[in-house]
Amino acid sequence: MALPTRAEVEDFLFAEADLLDNWKLKDWLALYTPDAQYEVPSTDLGKSPDPKVSLFYIADDYTRLEQRVIRLGKKTMHSEYPRSKTRHLVSNVRVLGEEAGCVQVAAGFAVYRSKWGETDLFVGGYEYLLRQTPEGLRIRKKRCLLDLDGLRPQGRVSILL
Amino acid sequence: MDATSFGPLVQEDQARGLFQVARTAFTSAGIMDAEYAQVFDKCWLYLGHESEVAKKGDFIMRTVARRKILMTHDQNGVIGAFFNTCPHRGAEVCREHAGNSKHFTCLYHGWIFGNDGKLKNLPGAERYAADFQAQGRGNLVPVPRFANYRGLCFIAFDPAICPIEEYLGNAKEYLDLVVDQSEAGMTIVQGMQEYSIRANWKLLVENSNDGYHAVMTHATYLDYLANTHALDKEVALRGVGRELGNGHAVVEYSSPWGRPVANWIPKWGQEGKQEMEAIHARLIALHGRERADRMCFKNRNLLVFPNLVINDIMAITIRTFFPLKPDFMHVNGWCLAPTQESAWARQYRIDNFLEFLGPGGFATPDDVEALESCQAGYQNAWEVGAGWNDISKGMGMDPSYDDEAQMRSFWKEWNRRVAPAAIKGGK
Repeated sequence: MALPTRAEVEDFLFAEADLLDNWKLKDWLALYTPDAQYEVPSTDLGKSPDPKVSLFYIADDYTRLEQRVIRLGKKTMHSEYPRSKTRHLVSNVRVLGEEAGCVQVAAGFAVYRSKWGETDLFVGGYEYLLRQTPEGLRIRKKRCLLDLDGLRPQGRVSILL
Repeated sequence: MDATSFGPLVQEDQARGLFQVARTAFTSAGIMDAEYAQVFDKCWLYLGHESEVAKKGDFIMRTVARRKILMTHDQNGVIGAFFNTCPHRGAEVCREHAGNSKHFTCLYHGWIFGNDGKLKNLPGAERYAADFQAQGRGNLVPVPRFANYRGLCFIAFDPAICPIEEYLGNAKEYLDLVVDQSEAGMTIVQGMQEYSIRANWKLLVENSNDGYHAVMTHATYLDYLANTHALDKEVALRGVGRELGNGHAVVEYSSPWGRPVANWIPKWGQEGKQEMEAIHARLIALHGRERADRMCFKNRNLLVFPNLVINDIMAITIRTFFPLKPDFMHVNGWCLAPTQESAWARQYRIDNFLEFLGPGGFATPDDVEALESCQAGYQNAWEVGAGWNDISKGMGMDPSYDDEAQMRSFWKEWNRRVAPAAIKGGK
């Protein structure tokens, strides 16, 4: 398998971040494959936790991720209506190789969320599995490993990281 | 404005159907000081579950009511709790969140303690009094009281507090309904949800057993259930709220969602149906049909005064929380599960938990938003007419899960303990 270049992967991840920061979440969801997983492990679980046996903050399959996006679009999703302002900074992008027919990518992130006069920072590492399709890269798996000791003071992960 | 200048904080008038709580109770640093002195320092507080220190040498480090606590399972098999501070000069002797060790070595001067708290090695012992170790001054200080109620480990800082069984009182019936779901014992699922809320801790007490905010606050969760689960629409939210005495309270009710012990929903398929029926049958054999039905088909949101919440709902969560400031709390949440449930059931349990509960769930973030919004509203607490919360729903009527009797139970006990100190104590 010919791996994409780092520049190609960076363009893709930066475009993903832009969709999130502009709340174009249906377009964001379209970047995910039908077998996608989106995960945010709890902060005490180490580097390679398994959501089948450990408690995460978020462990979505595609169905729940789609429902998460639907929920984020509603005025009755009180924690994100009115919407918070976010900025996803993606850095230290590395194309690591191939895994299960996908491109394995690592990156660092800093996501700022502002609402009600407070700005919270989520910082950590992304672990991606990207699938190469005729339409371009698609996300088979995105795991957001937080470099935090708990969600204090962030309190919640109501936005998409 | 200090706490001495407060009037009554809780007002009750049965004849008028009136029950009000002063909003200043959520905003005052003086009240919070009184709460630490009169509530947290004088009640049994949840520390952790015995499964977290299952083996000899296991330990966990935890903050409880502003104290740094070390819970250990020592080499003799005894589970206990110590203040995590070196008797020498005060450094924390344990500086890992969890692990397994026979010894704890202070990083400052190298005093070494066994996991029974006893001083094992005193560097420069020849320069101390000959009977220094015999005096016991070098041992870790145990928390004054420690108790294990069916795996749930509690501590108390008041040496004179009543026994845990007496303290729990009527809450035991509901704790037993949770613990008895597994004759092999219960266990904490790995992964702790540590988060914070920018609101007063008592708002989370109320929220944790509020039976009727779901339709409004959690509309999107109920939409999600309807979209994905093909639920039995005939199963309505229905049940009762009960005061249990000593400030404890519970709501117990039926619901449309699935429960891994053991309320099947179509999403779980035929395999799931067989498994749920087997669990139900096993519990009938152990506990009789009436009690087994209650365990399997009823939900319980239990508050053990002052700040232990055990919600046995679509999964079981244990939750405890403490104020750092009047408008800021730290929350710890865990998932409790039968030790020997199948991998299939465990996965559905975790899945169920994450759908609703915790900082990334489809419900808890909206609770957090509601609580923070209440706290913002309390900035008006000193304005005439804007100073009181109304907690009167259901007064003088047959108890229903969607009333506020369970909150009144908490507030009456809180008021009994805090108000005299806040008003007369000169805090």
